[in-house]
Amino acid sequence: MISPTTDENPSAPLRLRPPRHAVDPRAVGWWALQWVLLTAVPVVILVVLGALIAPARFWLFLPAGIIAVLGAAAAIALPRLWFRHHRWEVTDDAVYTRTGWFFQEWRVAPLSRIQTVDTTRGPLEQRFGLATLTVTTASARGAVKIEGLDAETAADLAAGLTVATQATPEDAT
Amino acid sequence: MGSGIGFALAWVLPPLLLVVIGGGASGEWMWRVTRYRVDDERFHVHTGVVVRKRLALRRERIRTVDLTADPVLRVLGTATVRVGTGEQAGTEGSVTLWPLRRADAEALRATLLAHAARPAAGSAAGTGEDGEERDGALVRFDRRWIRFAPLSFLTPALGAAAAGGLIQVSEWFGLQDELFESIGSWFGLAPAVLIGVAMGVGLFVVGGVATVALWVESWWNHTLDRQADGTLHVRRGLLTTRSITLEEARLRGVEVVEPLPARLAGGARVDAVATGLAQGEEDKTDSQILLPVAPKELADRVAADVLREPDSPTAVPLRGHPVAARGRRLRWALATVLVTEAVLVLLGVLLTPVLLHIAWISALVLVPVAVLLALDAYRALGHALTDRYLVARSGTVRRATVALQRRGIVGWTVRQSVFQRRAGLVTVLATTAAGSGAYAVRDAAEADGLAMADAAVPGLLRPFLEPVSAPAPHPPAR
Repeated sequence: MISPTTDENPSAPLRLRPPRHAVDPRAVGWWALQWVLLTAVPVVILVVLGALIAPARFWLFLPAGIIAVLGAAAAIALPRLWFRHHRWEVTDDAVYTRTGWFFQEWRVAPLSRIQTVDTTRGPLEQRFGLATLTVTTASARGAVKIEGLDAETAADLAAGLTVATQATPEDAT
Repeated sequence: MGSGIGFALAWVLPPLLLVVIGGGASGEWMWRVTRYRVDDERFHVHTGVVVRKRLALRRERIRTVDLTADPVLRVLGTATVRVGTGEQAGTEGSVTLWPLRRADAEALRATLLAHAARPAAGSAAGTGEDGEERDGALVRFDRRWIRFAPLSFLTPALGAAAAGGLIQVSEWFGLQDELFESIGSWFGLAPAVLIGVAMGVGLFVVGGVATVALWVESWWNHTLDRQADGTLHVRRGLLTTRSITLEEARLRGVEVVEPLPARLAGGARVDAVATGLAQGEEDKTDSQILLPVAPKELADRVAADVLREPDSPTAVPLRGHPVAARGRRLRWALATVLVTEAVLVLLGVLLTPVLLHIAWISALVLVPVAVLLALDAYRALGHALTDRYLVARSGTVRRATVALQRRGIVGWTVRQSVFQRRAGLVTVLATTAAGSGAYAVRDAAEADGLAMADAAVPGLLRPFLEPVSAPAPHPPAR
């Protein structure tokens, strides 16, 4: 609208639409737990040190409190924000994802160029019944990653994608 | 004095002799234990002194055969051959044969890369009728390029390294105090500023000489030619000769790189954007350079010849990016200066007022420099689509114009930060198997960048695009 591009481009200006599917709602809990664990480690260390070293107690408890508050805020707010913005879609031709809010990122990889399809499940993901699907292309920086999928959905997707990629004869570079 | 020299020789000669004999023996040993054989399908190597290793590389996987010869190997008429399969990770994909007779090495290269001839010949026939006459030398070495050699960030770095080395060596001999005293005494001869400037110039001269020497060693007698079997062949080097081969079928484009000092003198370098070039390995970082820094027009012409195009895609007129991108660059530049100054002022208030004076003097210099760099960075931004290439340019300290084959694009990554969203800008990255893995069109107008990506690879992005209809700033995500 601001840019003078419409004159040369006969079609209306375009934007990327959100992919069709949201991630599994359990991903909210998984992301929140990750934040909790991430902040718990420094907070626990600082509190233990504060309990042992009396003279420096204030200067150890203060950062511990700050980190705990920030961590709690992140654990409450960010997963919900991410849940609304992390979306994915697999069509007959391509894998399409959107991630992030502050730095939003859309990734598209055509099935004909896919080289590997992996699902990974970390210990936390297993507890939540989740899995991460990673699709790599010949590009070192072109991998498409879908976090927070239901484990079964991820396995089905991986199987489907593997079949689809084998069907295409190109060497994918 | 004679006894002193004799004493020194007695200490130095035996280890030297040991090194020479050791080197010779290990070469001889490697020569005896290494066997290689080429059959229809595979290239077999048996090697290893302590750990015996058997290797079989599939011939159609072999991507590079590089020959290097340091002065000793050259005198002996031998060379080191490195055969690579271009696997992204690990060392399993490559094997080094050392030493090999020069003639054998050349023959081995010709045999191993023979399979490159077929696809390249096919693509040459498809790409144009003038492809045939472009065979042979694409560029010949020109001694005048040496004027670009000292225009490198290496010059001040090597100058500083020399100064550091001098101080270190003087300490070893216990002469450091004398060194500092004599330097201090110079300041009595003329105004301190003058002496300081003279010493700075001295550092640049020493660094410049060192850079020129390095340049001559690596780039003397550089030639780039296309061989009949469809491979590009770079040969260069004064003492150690290097010979690098690149299959044309692996070429996905070229990048014309203009580092700031060279750009001010009208120079540019040509890099190949190719799949399977080892990246980040030691001594391999230069293997993608097709032409060292040379006049810009020549660089563009070489880029065109390498791609078998009549005109270089790297020299086409580019579409500029919105003014909002200039604002972002100005803000980044001034924020960097502001942080530096804030630190100086804070320390100045806390410690010594001298820092406050340094702060305002440096601000007088840094603010205009930052603004100039930001404006220059904005001027660099641009992109274009030609029949076969996506062309994108960006950067000020290292300005790079990449021409990437549209058929080499294996996906898209579109990025937009909160600030870019407000300004209506996007960064579009074309991912590719070649070169650095992704090439960016930075801060293009949102509709413009997406339309470009949509047009560059027909059909790929189209299903995920929608017309902008609602005045909503962004697709609702509820």
